[in-house]
Amino acid sequence: MKNRKKKTGFIALCVTPAIVLFIIFMIIPTIDVFRMSMYKWGGYTADKTFVGMENFSKLFTNPKFYQAFQNSILLIVIVTLVTFCLALVFAAILSREKIKGQNFFRIVFYIPNILSVVVISAIFSAIYDPNQGLLNSFLSLFRGEADPILWLGGQKLVIYSVTIAMIWQAVGYYMVMYMASMANVPDSLYESAALEGAGRISQFFSITLPLVWTNIRTTLTFFIISTINMSFLMVKAMTNGGPDGASSVFLSYMYQEAYTNSSYGYGMAIGVMVFLFSFALAGVLNAVTKREEIEF
Amino acid sequence: MRKDEKNGGNPKLVKVFIYLMLILLAVTILVPVAWVFVASIKENSEFYGNPWTLPQGFHFQNFVDAWQKANMGEYMLNSVIVTALALALLIVIALPAAYVLARFRFKGRAIWNTLFMAGLFINVNYIVVPIFLMLNDGDMFLRKMFGSPFFLNNLFVLALVYAATALPFTIYLLSGYFKSLARDYEEAAYVDGAGYFYTMVKVIIPMAKPSVVTVILFNFLAFWNEYIISMTLLTKAELKTLPVGLMNLMAAQKSAVQYGQLYAGLVIVMLPTLILYMCVQKKLTQGMTLGGLKG
Repeated sequence: MKNRKKKTGFIALCVTPAIVLFIIFMIIPTIDVFRMSMYKWGGYTADKTFVGMENFSKLFTNPKFYQAFQNSILLIVIVTLVTFCLALVFAAILSREKIKGQNFFRIVFYIPNILSVVVISAIFSAIYDPNQGLLNSFLSLFRGEADPILWLGGQKLVIYSVTIAMIWQAVGYYMVMYMASMANVPDSLYESAALEGAGRISQFFSITLPLVWTNIRTTLTFFIISTINMSFLMVKAMTNGGPDGASSVFLSYMYQEAYTNSSYGYGMAIGVMVFLFSFALAGVLNAVTKREEIEF
Repeated sequence: MRKDEKNGGNPKLVKVFIYLMLILLAVTILVPVAWVFVASIKENSEFYGNPWTLPQGFHFQNFVDAWQKANMGEYMLNSVIVTALALALLIVIALPAAYVLARFRFKGRAIWNTLFMAGLFINVNYIVVPIFLMLNDGDMFLRKMFGSPFFLNNLFVLALVYAATALPFTIYLLSGYFKSLARDYEEAAYVDGAGYFYTMVKVIIPMAKPSVVTVILFNFLAFWNEYIISMTLLTKAELKTLPVGLMNLMAAQKSAVQYGQLYAGLVIVMLPTLILYMCVQKKLTQGMTLGGLKG
Protein backbone atom coordinates (compact mmCIF):
# COMPACT_ATOMS: atom_id res chain seq x y z
CA MET A 1 0.00 0.00 0.00
CA LYS A 2 2.77 2.34 0.94
CA ASN A 3 4.62 1.37 -2.16
CA ARG A 4 1.59 2.18 -4.25
CA LYS A 5 1.33 5.62 -2.78
CA LYS A 6 5.00 6.20 -3.44
CA LYS A 7 4.53 5.16 -7.03
CA THR A 8 1.58 7.47 -7.58
CA GLY A 9 3.53 10.32 -6.03
CA PHE A 10 6.49 9.67 -8.29
CA ILE A 11 4.32 9.56 -11.38
CA ALA A 12 2.54 12.78 -10.46
CA LEU A 13 5.81 14.54 -9.72
CA CYS A 14 7.26 13.55 -13.07
CA VAL A 15 4.38 14.37 -15.40
CA THR A 16 2.72 17.32 -13.68
CA PRO A 17 5.18 20.07 -14.71
CA ALA A 18 5.07 18.95 -18.35
CA ILE A 19 1.30 18.67 -18.37
CA VAL A 20 0.80 22.05 -16.72
CA LEU A 21 3.11 23.82 -19.17
CA PHE A 22 1.53 21.99 -22.09
CA ILE A 23 -1.96 23.01 -21.02
CA ILE A 24 -1.07 26.64 -20.37
CA PHE A 25 1.04 27.31 -23.44
CA MET A 26 -0.40 24.94 -26.02
CA ILE A 27 -3.86 23.63 -25.28
CA ILE A 28 -5.43 26.83 -23.94
CA PRO A 29 -4.00 29.02 -26.74
CA THR A 30 -5.21 26.52 -29.33
CA ILE A 31 -8.73 26.58 -27.88
CA ASP A 32 -8.44 30.36 -27.73
CA VAL A 33 -7.78 30.53 -31.46
CA PHE A 34 -11.14 28.89 -32.10
CA ARG A 35 -12.99 30.78 -29.40
CA MET A 36 -11.65 34.20 -30.32
CA SER A 37 -12.48 33.69 -33.96
CA MET A 38 -16.11 34.27 -33.01
CA TYR A 39 -15.51 37.57 -31.24
CA LYS A 40 -15.02 41.07 -32.43
CA TRP A 41 -12.13 42.37 -30.41
CA GLY A 42 -9.74 45.27 -30.72
CA GLY A 43 -7.24 43.62 -28.42
CA TYR A 44 -6.13 45.84 -25.56
CA THR A 45 -9.59 46.78 -24.35
CA ALA A 46 -11.72 44.38 -22.38
CA ASP A 47 -14.88 44.72 -24.46
CA LYS A 48 -15.26 41.70 -26.67
CA THR A 49 -18.49 41.22 -28.51
CA PHE A 50 -19.67 37.84 -29.64
CA VAL A 51 -20.36 37.98 -33.35
CA GLY A 52 -20.69 34.31 -34.23
CA MET A 53 -19.63 33.60 -37.78
CA GLU A 54 -19.39 37.23 -38.84
CA ASN A 55 -15.58 37.16 -38.95
CA PHE A 56 -15.73 34.23 -41.31
CA SER A 57 -18.26 35.79 -43.63
CA LYS A 58 -16.13 38.95 -43.72
CA LEU A 59 -13.18 36.76 -44.54
CA PHE A 60 -14.82 35.20 -47.57
CA THR A 61 -15.65 38.54 -49.10
CA ASN A 62 -12.20 40.00 -48.59
CA PRO A 63 -9.98 39.93 -51.69
CA LYS A 64 -6.90 40.17 -49.46
CA PHE A 65 -7.76 36.82 -47.95
CA TYR A 66 -8.07 35.27 -51.38
CA GLN A 67 -4.74 36.74 -52.36
CA ALA A 68 -3.08 35.18 -49.32
CA PHE A 69 -4.92 31.93 -49.98
CA GLN A 70 -3.82 31.85 -53.60
CA ASN A 71 -0.21 32.60 -52.73
CA SER A 72 -0.17 29.90 -50.06
CA ILE A 73 -1.54 27.28 -52.39
CA LEU A 74 0.89 28.28 -55.10
CA LEU A 75 3.75 27.95 -52.62
CA ILE A 76 2.54 24.64 -51.27
CA VAL A 77 2.23 23.15 -54.76
CA ILE A 78 5.45 24.46 -56.28
CA VAL A 79 7.67 24.11 -53.23
CA THR A 80 6.40 20.60 -52.53
CA LEU A 81 6.76 19.38 -56.10
CA VAL A 82 10.18 20.85 -56.82
CA THR A 83 11.67 20.10 -53.41
CA PHE A 84 10.28 16.60 -53.48
CA CYS A 85 11.74 15.79 -56.90
CA LEU A 86 15.12 17.35 -56.18
CA ALA A 87 15.39 15.75 -52.76
CA LEU A 88 14.44 12.35 -54.10
CA VAL A 89 16.86 12.48 -57.03
CA PHE A 90 19.76 13.71 -54.93
CA ALA A 91 19.03 11.19 -52.21
CA ALA A 92 19.03 8.40 -54.81
CA ILE A 93 22.28 9.65 -56.28
CA LEU A 94 24.03 9.96 -52.94
CA SER A 95 22.87 6.62 -51.65
CA ARG A 96 23.11 4.52 -54.85
CA GLU A 97 26.04 5.89 -56.82
CA LYS A 98 29.68 5.63 -55.89
CA ILE A 99 30.46 9.28 -55.50
CA LYS A 100 33.72 10.84 -54.41
CA GLY A 101 33.08 13.25 -51.57
CA GLN A 102 29.66 11.81 -50.87
CA ASN A 103 29.91 12.95 -47.28
CA PHE A 104 30.91 16.44 -48.32
CA PHE A 105 27.83 16.83 -50.49
CA ARG A 106 25.53 15.57 -47.79
CA ILE A 107 26.97 17.99 -45.27
CA VAL A 108 26.77 20.94 -47.65
CA PHE A 109 23.21 20.23 -48.76
CA TYR A 110 21.98 20.25 -45.20
CA ILE A 111 23.54 23.63 -44.31
CA PRO A 112 20.50 25.81 -45.17
CA ASN A 113 18.52 23.86 -42.63
CA ILE A 114 20.58 24.99 -39.68
CA LEU A 115 20.44 28.68 -40.56
CA SER A 116 17.88 30.98 -39.06
CA VAL A 117 15.14 32.03 -41.45
CA VAL A 118 16.17 35.61 -40.78
CA VAL A 119 19.66 34.79 -42.01
CA ILE A 120 18.28 33.10 -45.11
CA SER A 121 16.04 36.07 -45.77
CA ALA A 122 18.99 38.44 -45.45
CA ILE A 123 21.06 36.28 -47.80
CA PHE A 124 18.30 36.23 -50.38
CA SER A 125 17.72 39.95 -50.02
CA ALA A 126 21.38 40.35 -50.96
CA ILE A 127 20.94 37.98 -53.88
CA TYR A 128 17.77 39.68 -55.13
CA ASP A 129 18.87 43.29 -54.61
CA PRO A 130 18.02 45.04 -57.88
CA ASN A 131 21.21 47.13 -58.13
CA GLN A 132 23.97 45.46 -56.17
CA GLY A 133 22.42 42.00 -56.00
CA LEU A 134 24.31 38.85 -56.82
CA LEU A 135 21.67 37.56 -59.20
CA ASN A 136 21.23 40.66 -61.34
CA SER A 137 24.94 41.25 -61.64
CA PHE A 138 25.40 37.64 -62.65
CA LEU A 139 22.60 37.90 -65.20
CA SER A 140 24.04 41.10 -66.63
CA LEU A 141 26.76 38.90 -68.12
CA PHE A 142 24.09 37.56 -70.46
CA ARG A 143 21.57 40.33 -70.80
CA GLY A 144 23.93 43.27 -70.66
CA GLU A 145 23.06 46.44 -68.81
CA ALA A 146 19.32 46.15 -69.33
CA ASP A 147 16.86 47.38 -66.70
CA PRO A 148 17.49 45.57 -63.43
CA ILE A 149 14.96 42.87 -62.58
CA LEU A 150 13.01 43.68 -59.42
CA TRP A 151 12.97 40.23 -57.85
CA LEU A 152 11.26 41.28 -54.65
CA GLY A 153 9.67 44.48 -55.92
CA GLY A 154 7.58 43.10 -58.76
CA GLN A 155 3.98 42.22 -58.03
CA LYS A 156 4.11 39.09 -60.19
CA LEU A 157 7.65 38.02 -59.55
CA VAL A 158 7.92 38.32 -55.79
CA ILE A 159 6.11 35.11 -54.90
CA TYR A 160 8.37 33.07 -57.19
CA SER A 161 11.42 34.66 -55.64
CA VAL A 162 10.15 33.54 -52.24
CA THR A 163 9.53 30.07 -53.69
CA ILE A 164 13.15 29.73 -54.75
CA ALA A 165 14.39 30.73 -51.30
CA MET A 166 12.10 28.15 -49.72
CA ILE A 167 13.24 25.37 -52.01
CA TRP A 168 16.85 26.32 -51.34
CA GLN A 169 16.14 25.95 -47.65
CA ALA A 170 14.22 22.68 -47.77
CA VAL A 171 15.96 20.37 -50.26
CA GLY A 172 18.69 19.19 -47.90
CA TYR A 173 16.30 18.34 -45.10
CA TYR A 174 14.10 16.06 -47.18
CA MET A 175 17.11 14.61 -48.97
CA VAL A 176 18.63 13.44 -45.70
CA MET A 177 15.26 12.02 -44.71
CA TYR A 178 14.89 10.05 -47.96
CA MET A 179 18.51 8.91 -47.78
CA ALA A 180 17.82 7.39 -44.40
CA SER A 181 14.96 5.31 -45.67
CA MET A 182 16.82 4.38 -48.86
CA ALA A 183 19.62 3.00 -46.73
CA ASN A 184 17.17 0.36 -45.53
CA VAL A 185 16.53 -1.01 -49.02
CA PRO A 186 18.57 -4.21 -49.30
CA ASP A 187 21.39 -4.18 -51.90
CA SER A 188 20.44 -7.64 -53.10
CA LEU A 189 17.32 -6.23 -54.75
CA TYR A 190 19.39 -3.88 -56.87
CA GLU A 191 21.86 -6.62 -57.71
CA SER A 192 19.23 -8.97 -59.02
CA ALA A 193 17.56 -6.14 -60.90
CA ALA A 194 20.88 -5.28 -62.50
CA LEU A 195 21.38 -8.90 -63.52
CA GLU A 196 18.07 -8.78 -65.30
CA GLY A 197 19.24 -5.75 -67.17
CA ALA A 198 17.37 -3.02 -65.37
CA GLY A 199 19.11 0.33 -65.72
CA ARG A 200 19.51 3.07 -63.16
CA ILE A 201 16.27 4.79 -64.01
CA SER A 202 14.12 1.69 -64.04
CA GLN A 203 15.76 0.53 -60.80
CA PHE A 204 14.80 3.83 -59.26
CA PHE A 205 11.17 3.53 -60.31
CA SER A 206 10.70 -0.17 -59.70
CA ILE A 207 12.69 -0.61 -56.49
CA THR A 208 13.65 2.59 -54.70
CA LEU A 209 10.42 4.51 -55.14
CA PRO A 210 7.99 1.76 -54.06
CA LEU A 211 10.11 0.79 -51.09
CA VAL A 212 10.43 4.29 -49.66
CA TRP A 213 6.82 5.11 -50.43
CA THR A 214 5.67 4.98 -46.80
CA ASN A 215 8.32 7.50 -45.91
CA ILE A 216 7.29 9.69 -48.83
CA ARG A 217 3.71 9.69 -47.65
CA THR A 218 4.69 10.91 -44.20
CA THR A 219 6.82 13.66 -45.67
CA LEU A 220 3.89 14.92 -47.75
CA THR A 221 2.13 15.89 -44.53
CA PHE A 222 5.32 17.59 -43.35
CA PHE A 223 5.49 19.46 -46.63
CA ILE A 224 2.07 21.01 -46.11
CA ILE A 225 2.59 21.92 -42.49
CA SER A 226 6.10 23.21 -42.90
CA THR A 227 5.42 25.12 -46.11
CA ILE A 228 2.59 27.03 -44.44
CA ASN A 229 4.88 27.67 -41.53
CA MET A 230 8.10 28.48 -43.38
CA SER A 231 6.37 30.67 -45.94
CA PHE A 232 5.21 32.84 -43.05
CA LEU A 233 8.66 33.07 -41.50
CA MET A 234 10.28 33.79 -44.86
CA VAL A 235 7.74 36.36 -46.03
CA LYS A 236 7.69 38.14 -42.68
CA ALA A 237 11.45 38.61 -42.71
CA MET A 238 12.02 39.12 -46.44
CA THR A 239 9.10 41.13 -47.85
CA ASN A 240 6.64 41.59 -44.98
CA GLY A 241 3.90 40.64 -47.43
CA GLY A 242 4.81 43.38 -49.88
CA PRO A 243 4.72 44.89 -52.36
CA ASP A 244 1.09 45.70 -51.62
CA GLY A 245 0.17 42.25 -50.37
CA ALA A 246 1.56 40.50 -53.44
CA SER A 247 3.55 38.06 -51.32
CA SER A 248 1.23 37.72 -48.35
CA VAL A 249 0.52 34.17 -47.23
CA PHE A 250 -1.92 32.61 -44.77
CA LEU A 251 -0.15 33.27 -41.52
CA SER A 252 1.49 36.53 -42.48
CA TYR A 253 -1.96 37.86 -43.26
CA MET A 254 -3.17 36.59 -39.90
CA TYR A 255 -0.29 38.19 -38.05
CA GLN A 256 -0.77 41.45 -39.89
CA GLU A 257 -4.47 41.61 -39.11
CA ALA A 258 -3.89 40.74 -35.48
CA TYR A 259 -1.07 43.18 -34.76
CA THR A 260 -1.04 45.93 -37.32
CA ASN A 261 -4.80 46.27 -37.57
CA SER A 262 -5.47 45.09 -34.03
CA SER A 263 -8.41 42.97 -35.10
CA TYR A 264 -7.59 39.89 -33.10
CA GLY A 265 -10.90 38.11 -33.63
CA TYR A 266 -10.67 38.48 -37.38
CA GLY A 267 -7.04 37.35 -37.31
CA MET A 268 -7.97 34.24 -35.38
CA ALA A 269 -10.70 33.43 -37.89
CA ILE A 270 -7.94 33.31 -40.49
CA GLY A 271 -6.02 31.00 -38.18
CA VAL A 272 -8.99 28.65 -37.91
CA MET A 273 -9.38 28.55 -41.67
CA VAL A 274 -5.70 27.69 -42.13
CA PHE A 275 -5.95 25.05 -39.45
CA LEU A 276 -8.90 23.37 -41.13
CA PHE A 277 -7.44 23.78 -44.59
CA SER A 278 -4.12 22.16 -43.71
CA PHE A 279 -5.80 19.25 -41.97
CA ALA A 280 -8.17 18.70 -44.88
CA LEU A 281 -5.34 18.87 -47.41
CA ALA A 282 -3.22 16.45 -45.40
CA GLY A 283 -6.17 14.09 -45.16
CA VAL A 284 -6.86 14.23 -48.87
CA LEU A 285 -3.22 13.68 -49.77
CA ASN A 286 -3.02 10.78 -47.38
CA ALA A 287 -6.08 9.15 -48.90
CA VAL A 288 -4.94 9.71 -52.47
CA THR A 289 -1.48 8.28 -51.91
CA LYS A 290 -2.74 5.31 -49.95
CA ARG A 291 -4.18 3.52 -52.95
CA GLU A 292 -0.91 3.49 -54.77
CA GLU A 293 0.88 1.70 -52.01
CA ILE A 294 -0.61 -1.58 -53.21
CA GLU A 295 1.77 -1.43 -56.13
CA PHE A 296 4.49 -3.29 -54.28
CA MET B 1 31.32 -1.96 -65.56
CA ARG B 2 29.20 -4.47 -67.42
CA LYS B 3 26.24 -3.36 -65.39
CA ASP B 4 26.64 0.21 -66.56
CA GLU B 5 26.89 -0.71 -70.20
CA LYS B 6 23.63 -2.54 -70.04
CA ASN B 7 21.95 0.65 -68.93
CA GLY B 8 22.43 2.03 -72.34
CA GLY B 9 23.97 5.45 -72.49
CA ASN B 10 27.58 6.18 -71.94
CA PRO B 11 28.47 5.38 -68.31
CA LYS B 12 31.18 8.04 -68.25
CA LEU B 13 28.79 10.66 -69.55
CA VAL B 14 26.18 9.73 -66.97
CA LYS B 15 28.78 10.01 -64.23
CA VAL B 16 29.89 13.41 -65.46
CA PHE B 17 26.31 14.57 -65.54
CA ILE B 18 25.71 13.36 -62.00
CA TYR B 19 28.78 15.16 -60.71
CA LEU B 20 27.72 18.29 -62.54
CA MET B 21 24.34 18.23 -60.80
CA LEU B 22 25.88 17.66 -57.40
CA ILE B 23 28.42 20.42 -57.87
CA LEU B 24 25.76 22.80 -59.15
CA LEU B 25 23.62 22.36 -56.05
CA ALA B 26 26.64 22.57 -53.75
CA VAL B 27 27.67 25.82 -55.44
CA THR B 28 24.22 27.38 -55.12
CA ILE B 29 24.30 26.65 -51.42
CA LEU B 30 27.92 27.48 -50.64
CA VAL B 31 28.38 30.60 -52.74
CA PRO B 32 25.73 32.78 -51.05
CA VAL B 33 26.89 31.70 -47.60
CA ALA B 34 30.55 32.27 -48.46
CA TRP B 35 29.65 35.60 -50.04
CA VAL B 36 28.22 36.82 -46.74
CA PHE B 37 31.49 36.01 -45.02
CA VAL B 38 33.44 37.86 -47.70
CA ALA B 39 31.03 40.80 -47.62
CA SER B 40 31.33 41.10 -43.87
CA ILE B 41 34.92 42.35 -44.17
CA LYS B 42 34.28 44.81 -46.99
CA GLU B 43 34.24 48.55 -46.50
CA ASN B 44 30.94 50.27 -47.04
CA SER B 45 32.11 51.99 -50.22
CA GLU B 46 32.93 48.61 -51.75
CA PHE B 47 29.27 47.69 -51.87
CA TYR B 48 28.52 50.06 -54.70
CA GLY B 49 29.30 48.40 -57.97
CA ASN B 50 29.96 44.79 -58.71
CA PRO B 51 29.07 42.56 -55.75
CA TRP B 52 31.42 39.83 -56.96
CA THR B 53 34.63 41.75 -56.35
CA LEU B 54 36.88 40.54 -53.59
CA PRO B 55 37.42 42.79 -50.58
CA GLN B 56 40.28 45.26 -50.78
CA GLY B 57 41.33 44.58 -47.24
CA PHE B 58 40.27 43.06 -44.01
CA HIS B 59 37.82 45.58 -42.61
CA PHE B 60 37.29 44.16 -39.15
CA GLN B 61 35.65 47.38 -37.99
CA ASN B 62 32.33 46.01 -39.31
CA PHE B 63 32.28 43.43 -36.56
CA VAL B 64 33.13 45.98 -33.90
CA ASP B 65 30.34 48.23 -35.18
CA ALA B 66 27.83 45.41 -35.34
CA TRP B 67 28.80 44.24 -31.88
CA GLN B 68 28.68 47.68 -30.24
CA LYS B 69 26.71 50.18 -32.35
CA ALA B 70 24.10 47.70 -33.53
CA ASN B 71 23.98 46.05 -30.10
CA MET B 72 24.61 42.58 -31.46
CA GLY B 73 26.76 41.85 -28.40
CA GLU B 74 23.86 42.56 -26.10
CA TYR B 75 21.49 40.53 -28.27
CA MET B 76 23.96 37.66 -28.32
CA LEU B 77 23.94 37.62 -24.53
CA ASN B 78 20.11 37.59 -24.52
CA SER B 79 20.08 34.73 -27.01
CA VAL B 80 22.55 32.75 -24.96
CA ILE B 81 20.51 33.27 -21.79
CA VAL B 82 17.19 32.36 -23.41
CA THR B 83 18.54 29.34 -25.26
CA ALA B 84 20.38 27.94 -22.24
CA LEU B 85 17.45 28.51 -19.90
CA ALA B 86 14.96 27.00 -22.32
CA LEU B 87 17.14 23.94 -22.89
CA ALA B 88 17.65 23.42 -19.16
CA LEU B 89 13.93 23.77 -18.44
CA LEU B 90 13.04 21.50 -21.31
CA ILE B 91 15.36 18.71 -20.25
CA VAL B 92 14.39 18.87 -16.58
CA ILE B 93 10.70 18.81 -17.43
CA ALA B 94 10.56 16.57 -20.49
CA LEU B 95 12.90 13.76 -19.39
CA PRO B 96 10.91 12.54 -16.36
CA ALA B 97 7.62 13.08 -18.17
CA ALA B 98 8.72 11.10 -21.20
CA TYR B 99 10.06 8.33 -18.99
CA VAL B 100 6.88 8.00 -16.98
CA LEU B 101 4.59 8.34 -19.99
CA ALA B 102 6.50 5.61 -21.77
CA ARG B 103 7.01 3.11 -18.98
CA PHE B 104 4.43 3.45 -16.24
CA ARG B 105 0.80 2.47 -16.28
CA PHE B 106 -1.50 5.00 -14.67
CA LYS B 107 -4.87 6.57 -15.13
CA GLY B 108 -4.96 9.06 -17.97
CA ARG B 109 -1.77 7.79 -19.54
CA ALA B 110 -3.38 7.08 -22.91
CA ILE B 111 -5.06 10.48 -23.00
CA TRP B 112 -1.86 12.37 -22.30
CA ASN B 113 0.12 10.33 -24.78
CA THR B 114 -2.46 11.13 -27.44
CA LEU B 115 -2.61 14.80 -26.51
CA PHE B 116 1.15 15.19 -26.68
CA MET B 117 1.11 13.44 -30.05
CA ALA B 118 -1.57 15.84 -31.25
CA GLY B 119 0.63 18.65 -29.97
CA LEU B 120 3.13 17.75 -32.68
CA PHE B 121 0.70 19.21 -35.19
CA ILE B 122 0.03 22.45 -33.34
CA ASN B 123 2.15 25.00 -35.02
CA VAL B 124 3.57 27.63 -32.71
CA ASN B 125 2.89 30.36 -35.23
CA TYR B 126 -0.86 29.81 -34.97
CA ILE B 127 -0.93 30.21 -31.24
CA VAL B 128 1.55 33.02 -30.80
CA VAL B 129 -1.24 35.61 -30.79
CA PRO B 130 -3.29 33.97 -27.98
CA ILE B 131 -0.10 33.40 -25.98
CA PHE B 132 0.75 37.07 -26.31
CA LEU B 133 -2.75 38.14 -25.28
CA MET B 134 -2.75 35.76 -22.33
CA LEU B 135 0.54 37.15 -21.05
CA ASN B 136 -0.66 40.67 -21.71
CA ASP B 137 -3.79 40.02 -19.66
CA GLY B 138 -1.63 38.66 -16.89
CA ASP B 139 0.48 41.81 -16.97
CA MET B 140 -2.54 44.09 -16.84
CA PHE B 141 -3.78 42.20 -13.82
CA LEU B 142 -0.40 42.38 -12.09
CA ARG B 143 -0.10 46.08 -12.84
CA LYS B 144 -3.40 46.69 -11.15
CA MET B 145 -2.53 44.55 -8.14
CA PHE B 146 1.16 45.18 -7.60
CA GLY B 147 2.00 48.00 -9.94
CA SER B 148 4.53 46.19 -12.09
CA PRO B 149 4.16 43.82 -15.04
CA PHE B 150 6.06 40.56 -15.22
CA PHE B 151 5.19 38.32 -18.13
CA LEU B 152 5.99 40.30 -21.24
CA ASN B 153 9.54 41.52 -21.80
CA ASN B 154 10.89 38.77 -19.61
CA LEU B 155 13.63 36.48 -20.88
CA PHE B 156 12.68 33.76 -18.45
CA VAL B 157 9.05 33.69 -19.62
CA LEU B 158 10.23 33.51 -23.22
CA ALA B 159 12.42 30.55 -22.30
CA LEU B 160 9.46 28.94 -20.58
CA VAL B 161 7.29 29.37 -23.69
CA TYR B 162 10.07 27.89 -25.83
CA ALA B 163 10.39 24.91 -23.52
CA ALA B 164 6.61 24.39 -23.40
CA THR B 165 6.16 24.50 -27.15
CA ALA B 166 9.06 22.09 -27.65
CA LEU B 167 7.54 19.54 -25.26
CA PRO B 168 5.51 17.45 -27.75
CA PHE B 169 8.45 16.84 -30.07
CA THR B 170 10.88 16.18 -27.24
CA ILE B 171 8.57 13.83 -25.38
CA TYR B 172 7.76 12.02 -28.61
CA LEU B 173 11.43 11.48 -29.36
CA LEU B 174 12.49 10.52 -25.84
CA SER B 175 9.59 8.21 -25.05
CA GLY B 176 10.26 6.45 -28.35
CA TYR B 177 13.64 5.56 -26.91
CA PHE B 178 12.36 4.68 -23.44
CA LYS B 179 9.78 2.34 -24.91
CA SER B 180 12.53 0.35 -26.62
CA LEU B 181 14.30 -0.47 -23.34
CA ALA B 182 13.81 -3.83 -21.64
CA ARG B 183 11.90 -3.96 -18.35
CA ASP B 184 14.81 -5.80 -16.71
CA TYR B 185 16.74 -2.63 -15.97
CA GLU B 186 14.18 -1.27 -13.59
CA GLU B 187 13.34 -4.62 -12.09
CA ALA B 188 16.98 -5.25 -11.26
CA ALA B 189 17.25 -1.83 -9.68
CA TYR B 190 14.09 -2.33 -7.62
CA VAL B 191 15.35 -5.69 -6.42
CA ASP B 192 18.48 -3.94 -5.23
CA GLY B 193 16.26 -1.69 -3.19
CA ALA B 194 16.51 1.43 -5.33
CA GLY B 195 13.55 3.82 -5.29
CA TYR B 196 11.73 5.07 -8.37
CA PHE B 197 13.53 8.37 -8.42
CA TYR B 198 16.96 6.86 -7.92
CA THR B 199 16.30 4.30 -10.65
CA MET B 200 15.27 6.99 -13.11
CA VAL B 201 18.19 9.31 -12.43
CA LYS B 202 20.98 6.76 -12.00
CA VAL B 203 19.95 3.88 -14.24
CA ILE B 204 17.61 4.98 -17.01
CA ILE B 205 18.60 8.55 -17.85
CA PRO B 206 22.32 7.77 -18.31
CA MET B 207 21.32 5.18 -20.91
CA ALA B 208 19.27 7.75 -22.78
CA LYS B 209 22.25 10.06 -23.29
CA PRO B 210 22.41 9.75 -27.10
CA SER B 211 18.73 10.63 -27.42
CA VAL B 212 19.14 13.51 -25.00
CA VAL B 213 22.02 14.85 -27.08
CA THR B 214 19.85 14.69 -30.20
CA VAL B 215 17.06 16.52 -28.41
CA ILE B 216 19.45 19.23 -27.25
CA LEU B 217 20.91 19.67 -30.73
CA PHE B 218 17.58 20.08 -32.48
CA ASN B 219 16.13 22.33 -29.86
CA PHE B 220 19.27 24.42 -29.67
CA LEU B 221 18.90 25.18 -33.36
CA ALA B 222 15.18 25.83 -32.99
CA PHE B 223 15.53 28.17 -30.01
CA TRP B 224 18.60 29.97 -31.32
CA ASN B 225 16.99 30.65 -34.69
CA GLU B 226 13.44 31.39 -33.54
CA TYR B 227 12.21 34.92 -34.07
CA ILE B 228 8.41 35.20 -34.23
CA ILE B 229 7.69 34.43 -30.58
CA SER B 230 10.72 36.38 -29.45
CA MET B 231 9.67 39.39 -31.52
CA THR B 232 6.14 39.22 -30.14
CA LEU B 233 6.90 38.69 -26.47
CA LEU B 234 9.97 40.93 -26.14
CA THR B 235 9.25 44.45 -27.28
CA LYS B 236 11.92 46.34 -25.35
CA ALA B 237 14.98 47.15 -27.47
CA GLU B 238 17.50 45.95 -24.91
CA LEU B 239 15.88 42.53 -24.58
CA LYS B 240 15.89 41.46 -28.23
CA THR B 241 17.41 38.14 -29.23
CA LEU B 242 19.90 37.81 -32.10
CA PRO B 243 17.55 37.00 -35.01
CA VAL B 244 15.21 39.85 -34.04
CA GLY B 245 18.17 42.19 -33.71
CA LEU B 246 19.24 41.08 -37.15
CA MET B 247 15.82 41.94 -38.53
CA ASN B 248 16.24 45.42 -37.08
CA LEU B 249 19.60 45.70 -38.80
CA MET B 250 17.98 44.63 -42.07
CA ALA B 251 15.29 47.28 -41.67
CA ALA B 252 17.77 49.96 -40.65
CA GLN B 253 19.98 49.12 -43.58
CA LYS B 254 17.25 50.23 -45.97
CA SER B 255 17.42 53.83 -44.77
CA ALA B 256 20.97 54.41 -43.54
CA VAL B 257 23.02 52.11 -45.66
CA GLN B 258 25.35 50.10 -43.44
CA TYR B 259 25.98 46.99 -45.49
CA GLY B 260 29.20 46.05 -43.72
CA GLN B 261 27.51 46.04 -40.35
CA LEU B 262 24.60 44.00 -41.64
CA TYR B 263 26.78 41.24 -43.04
CA ALA B 264 28.97 41.22 -39.96
CA GLY B 265 25.76 40.80 -37.98
CA LEU B 266 24.75 37.92 -40.23
CA VAL B 267 28.07 36.21 -39.59
CA ILE B 268 27.63 36.70 -35.85
CA VAL B 269 24.24 34.96 -36.00
CA MET B 270 25.28 32.10 -38.27
CA LEU B 271 28.70 31.30 -36.90
CA PRO B 272 27.63 29.52 -33.70
CA THR B 273 25.22 27.26 -35.56
CA LEU B 274 27.72 26.57 -38.34
CA ILE B 275 30.48 25.66 -35.89
CA LEU B 276 28.13 23.43 -33.95
CA TYR B 277 26.98 21.80 -37.18
CA MET B 278 30.53 21.09 -38.32
CA CYS B 279 31.23 19.37 -35.01
CA VAL B 280 28.10 17.28 -34.82
CA GLN B 281 26.77 17.00 -38.37
CA LYS B 282 26.76 13.22 -38.26
CA LYS B 283 24.81 13.14 -35.02
CA LEU B 284 22.34 15.67 -36.37
CA THR B 285 21.50 13.94 -39.62
CA GLN B 286 21.30 10.60 -37.87
CA GLY B 287 19.10 12.04 -35.17
CA MET B 288 16.77 13.35 -37.80
CA THR B 289 15.93 9.90 -39.02
CA LEU B 290 15.28 8.95 -35.44
CA GLY B 291 13.02 11.88 -34.75
CA GLY B 292 11.68 12.20 -38.20
CA LEU B 293 9.64 15.25 -37.40
CA LYS B 294 10.18 18.96 -37.09
CA GLY B 295 10.15 20.92 -40.27
